[in-house]
Amino acid sequence: MGPTTAGSPLLELEGITKRFPGVVANDRVDFDVRPGEVHTLLGENGAGKSTLMKILYGLYHADEGEIRLRGEPVTIDSPSDAIEQGIGMIHQHFMLVPTLTVAENVALGLPSGRRLLQDLSPVQQRIRELSEIYGLQVDPDAYIWQLAVGERQRVEIMKAIYRDVSLLILDEPTSVLTPAEVDDLFVTLRQMTDGGRGLVFISHKLHEVMSLSDRITVLRGGRVTGRTVPSETSREQLAHMMVGREVRLAPNRSEADVADARLTISALEVLGDRGTPAVTDFDLEVRSGEVVGIAGVSGNGQRELAEALAGLRPAASGTVVMNGVETTAKTPKEIRRLGVSYIPEERMRDGAIGEFSVAENLILTSHDLPPTSRRGFLNFKQIETGCSDLVRRFTVKTPSLETPTANLSGGNIQKLIIARELSGEPEVLIASQPTRGVDIGAAEYIHTVLMDQRAGGIAILLISEDLDEVIGLSDRIAVMFEGRVMGILDQEEATVQRLGLLMAGVSDGEAEERAGRQPAGSGPV
Amino acid sequence: MLVVLGANPLTGYAALLDGAFGGAKNLANSALKAMPLLLVGVGITIAFRAGVINIGGEGQIIAGAILSTLFVLGFPDVPRFVLLPLTFLVGALGGAIWGGMAGVLKSYARVNEILSTIMLNIIAVQILNLLLRGPLMDPGEIEKGSRIPHTERLSGNADLPILPGGTRLHLGVLIAVLMAVACYFLLFRTTQGLRLRAVGHNPFASRYAGMSVKRNVVLAFMYSGAMCGMAGVTLVFGSEGHRLATDGGATTFTGAAGFNGIVAALFGGLHPLWTIPASFLFGALLVGANAMQRAVQVPAALILALNGLVVVFVVGSMYARARLARAASESSDQDGESDSRSPVRSADPEPRNPP
Repeated sequence: MGPTTAGSPLLELEGITKRFPGVVANDRVDFDVRPGEVHTLLGENGAGKSTLMKILYGLYHADEGEIRLRGEPVTIDSPSDAIEQGIGMIHQHFMLVPTLTVAENVALGLPSGRRLLQDLSPVQQRIRELSEIYGLQVDPDAYIWQLAVGERQRVEIMKAIYRDVSLLILDEPTSVLTPAEVDDLFVTLRQMTDGGRGLVFISHKLHEVMSLSDRITVLRGGRVTGRTVPSETSREQLAHMMVGREVRLAPNRSEADVADARLTISALEVLGDRGTPAVTDFDLEVRSGEVVGIAGVSGNGQRELAEALAGLRPAASGTVVMNGVETTAKTPKEIRRLGVSYIPEERMRDGAIGEFSVAENLILTSHDLPPTSRRGFLNFKQIETGCSDLVRRFTVKTPSLETPTANLSGGNIQKLIIARELSGEPEVLIASQPTRGVDIGAAEYIHTVLMDQRAGGIAILLISEDLDEVIGLSDRIAVMFEGRVMGILDQEEATVQRLGLLMAGVSDGEAEERAGRQPAGSGPV
Repeated sequence: MLVVLGANPLTGYAALLDGAFGGAKNLANSALKAMPLLLVGVGITIAFRAGVINIGGEGQIIAGAILSTLFVLGFPDVPRFVLLPLTFLVGALGGAIWGGMAGVLKSYARVNEILSTIMLNIIAVQILNLLLRGPLMDPGEIEKGSRIPHTERLSGNADLPILPGGTRLHLGVLIAVLMAVACYFLLFRTTQGLRLRAVGHNPFASRYAGMSVKRNVVLAFMYSGAMCGMAGVTLVFGSEGHRLATDGGATTFTGAAGFNGIVAALFGGLHPLWTIPASFLFGALLVGANAMQRAVQVPAALILALNGLVVVFVVGSMYARARLARAASESSDQDGESDSRSPVRSADPEPRNPP
């Protein structure tokens, strides 16, 4: 990676401490960025990354410590102060107005030459120039709502470049991108640092951190637990610094007996929210003892597929057979009774009820079955013993069974959902993004549980945007693009590059052709 | 407010307290005033817990009152111990049908329930007026030519028995308390209650867990309406005239219990058991208001204003508490996904995912 530019740092954070009632979010954190470098901030949820960046961006005040820009101490009281000082931030969720054009979004908040009406033509002109310089394809006249996610992100970057920021903070910028888009993004980011800008990169995807960073600072529990450079560390070591103990990144996959088909999807078509087909001509089979992964960029029909399998969204045509029974016209309850369980993608929306206690959430799907209830009355004694057992078995960390579920951490809520979904001893499990947003320790545990279930003979359909997870867990991987299966790869032949091309809609034949031309290892791994 | 109205506040409030709580007779009157508020309040609580807003208490009271009156007019000679329970049942059914209509409209035609319940209130009032000026009018009134819009004195077998103790307290008060306890069990001890609360908190997760949101929304309205319908029964068969009456206007015989019950439910924190003291307090306020009016000549409407203030304060304090709770959870998880911590609170019976 590029050598770090010597000389005085662009930004220095010294001894930053931020306390919230009951927690120290940042404990004497030192952090600096030199011109022309990418300095990665790595850490789990709750480690204090966002707090630190919010302090830098003027959203929080530090209780102690000093911020220096180009050697000068500064106080940043608000985001507008930060912008004035040349600090830009690209949030995980884009801050764009969908009904306005690219140029209008870029011009938003900038002082206008005229009083009331803004003349956009110089803005458009400048955007075109910058597009050229940075190889950042952005059409200033396009409306935001017309743009794909990757393009929207380019608009965000364009906003930052247009304002000529000297320091740019990127909060998990790759979570919505295909591997190819990530490559493009990294090229753009490198061009920005070559111009002397400093970047703060926040991510938890270790391979991206390894490939992009010049320096890495790891936070855990509000403290700096490691400073390193990619050439002197490994993904395992980084994970160790984040979690504080040894972590197995790749789950152990034993040989499992693959038997008869448990889930057969044929020619399935499902309509999306707008009434247009979100899933088309979809064929897939999952056998017992097998994990079939579904890879793809979010928004290519995965959610609609999962909802159709759950009975929450009607199938427009085609059939789904689970455990030998056609389920296309069945209700969610009937499908569940056939031995099908779900780990939904949005856990706080679809998976659990935040206001409900841990126990209530654990019995949500089985509350009307004996022994949980009899003749319509809940059996609290049984619930108490059954739930304590589940909490123990699945290591859900909770103060009590009565604790409101929203008070648990993301990883523990996910464990709770998995405990509930596996408590019915299902034969088919549909797991959507089972480890998204959970800490590494919980993710490791969830992977182990899934592998145990596979060994136990259940059929698992794993829908995930995390390619490492899909490759690590699946026996076969189907790539979804625009609602179709672009191709199915066996685990042995699946690489990030091959999957990435399929995810971008390049068919397998073309993909092989390209793979032949390109030397292996040029991708972002 | 009393000072503004030129009255001595101390005398005023003393009169209010004495009128509401002074002596067994006044206490009994307060309890009688609280009885319909309590029944409506627990009904409203069920609806709110299931995530739907029932403003239709008035209409459901009237529906329950009409149906039970028709029933007693049809079977006046059934012995009391059979007639009374059946009357309550029929009244509950009337309220349940009226409430259920709003539920069906919401679940299957996506009609906003606030709108439909208010409209159903108006329809019920007009049906009541129509019936009492027409087919149900007391034949005696027609004979005399005075044509007061009320029914004949209903069968004595359906009178709510006066409780011992020398006050006007009757069985309806006991039934109201009993129903509050029953609703507590329904909401927190049964599978149906779990489903209602689940749907109220998070329809998305409920659907994923295999519950029918539409069905539970209809059921919530029916339980809610049934409670209000029983309030109608107590108002008719516990009234001094033992008849169904109307003033010909929009308030009829209910004394706005269908609305005041909402206040009682909110003040009781949407918990059936806490609604018992909450509605007693409001009943007492209403009774005391009349005493105050007599003592210092301020309008009893003042108490209604006070009622409104309480709603503002209660809702305001709930809002403040929610904000505090959010602030606390944010500070303990400043780095986490804050978006995952705000579960959807909408009660759309047909949850659709945003594109």
